[in-house]
Amino acid sequence: MNLRAVWAIYRMEMARAFRTVLQSIVSPVISTSLYFVVFGSAIGSRITEIDGISYGAFIVPGLIMLSLLTQSISNASFAIYFPKFVGSIYELLSAPVSYLEIVIAYVGGAATKSIILGLIILATASLFVPLTILHPFWMLAFLVLTAVTFSLFGFIIGIWAKSFEQLQLVPLLIITPLTFLGGSFYSINMLPEIWRTITLFNPVVYLISGFRWSFYGKSDVSVGVSLGMTVVFLLVCITIVAWIFRTGYRLRN
Amino acid sequence: MPSILSISGVSKTYATGFTALKEVNLDIQRGEIFALLGPNGAGKTTLISIVCGIVNRSSGTVTVDGHDINKDYRAARSLIGLVPQELTIDAFESVWATVNYSRGLFGKPANPGFVEKVLRDLSLWDKKDAKAITLSGGMKRRLMIAKALSHEPRILFLDEPTAGVDVELRQDMWAMVRRLREDGVTIILTTHYIEEAEAMADRVGVINRGEIILVENKAELMRKLGRKRLVLELRNPLTAIPEAFSRYALDLSPDGGQLTYTYDNQAERPGVASLMRDLEAGGIQFRDIDTQNSSLEEIFVNLVRREP
Repeated sequence: MNLRAVWAIYRMEMARAFRTVLQSIVSPVISTSLYFVVFGSAIGSRITEIDGISYGAFIVPGLIMLSLLTQSISNASFAIYFPKFVGSIYELLSAPVSYLEIVIAYVGGAATKSIILGLIILATASLFVPLTILHPFWMLAFLVLTAVTFSLFGFIIGIWAKSFEQLQLVPLLIITPLTFLGGSFYSINMLPEIWRTITLFNPVVYLISGFRWSFYGKSDVSVGVSLGMTVVFLLVCITIVAWIFRTGYRLRN
Repeated sequence: MPSILSISGVSKTYATGFTALKEVNLDIQRGEIFALLGPNGAGKTTLISIVCGIVNRSSGTVTVDGHDINKDYRAARSLIGLVPQELTIDAFESVWATVNYSRGLFGKPANPGFVEKVLRDLSLWDKKDAKAITLSGGMKRRLMIAKALSHEPRILFLDEPTAGVDVELRQDMWAMVRRLREDGVTIILTTHYIEEAEAMADRVGVINRGEIILVENKAELMRKLGRKRLVLELRNPLTAIPEAFSRYALDLSPDGGQLTYTYDNQAERPGVASLMRDLEAGGIQFRDIDTQNSSLEEIFVNLVRREP
């Protein structure tokens, strides 16, 4: 294993995050705080609590997931798309680095950044509402699993994309709506039956539900199903990445 | 001398159906400077990209110092440094960070002393903290070379290294290439600056329409394919070449004062002696005489034109 290469890529990716600290860390924290203040106070004044949890506290896991998903995707997709765009990917492709090492380094870098971000948002939220984390291990497990899975998904988008427009397409048109409609700001049990059934086809529901369970012990769907769905999505992403590298899709052709 | 790079039956057809390489066979000797010449779109960059692992080949085998580029890609790639044609650098990284990144990527332990030497050799040491985006074009080209040399490769590919580079930097680069060769590094350069190949290369390969049409020792190539010109400065200008000289390939300058005879210096009877005799018999006198060898550029153009 070329660990030095993995470290070199990982360190470069982290250095970029710290170089663009305003864009990477501060801006998502500010926008999440705004969500928190606006949604928390506007809707929170009408809905005092859901499942016995104050509305402000209820939306915290959803807000973290919202940032975790979008940032994991954008970090990883940009990290691999940018060298493709400027042409510096030649160096990566000509280096004695295996596919697995490339994925570990890029996905590891992207996931690390979004996990740090998730934890910062958690700390920010704790300034607004009292938080309890009943299952800290599972909270971290969901955080890491989701960050890794969606960084892998972002990596796939970054390789697939042929333009900056395509790079933005999936996060904007699919992920953001799915996250907003996935129970970030409400319990899906509050929806009419038909919409509740439709919502269950949204994979993000399972991520948010499981993550919220790790905080408050309450969930819309069972934790086992949440975990299972996340792992299934992870395996799907791993399979696609393996296929990409085996065929050289949009990299070596 | 055993070859350090062996390319055997390599073909490449892109998804668009365009065939960039057709059954290419090429052996590069250890420690030589090999110039790969060819017009734009001939397949030079595709060939290099396949050897370096950037593009998948459609068929054939490539070994680098005995290591198959697929089965034993780590050993093969760690021996190769590549300076691509385009200036493709992560613009926001510092010179120091990007060169150290390249070294790490190739699995080499950090060695600040060595990286400093590379940067000093390429006159980049003063710019080590500068972001790549702030460098001039020539500096960026040096940085690309520094990145390629950062992991101490044994084979260096220079794809059009002096395209768009000023004369001074070009001279510096040639000097650097010679130094590397003295250190035992094998150098493969593609170029369409023929004088570059003429000045630098030990051997020359010509590629056209995806096929290697010639590989030859440079001096031998120039001897074999070179044509010579005999230039006669006439004492009395001519208005036209006399009919009696129609069997000679003669050209008369517009002012009629210079007669040029082009001949194949490999021919058994180049015809110089008989031309001299006939000139004397015809009363055409000359006051000076000069001979010129054709340049590699002329040889190259002739070769490529000869192809159907």
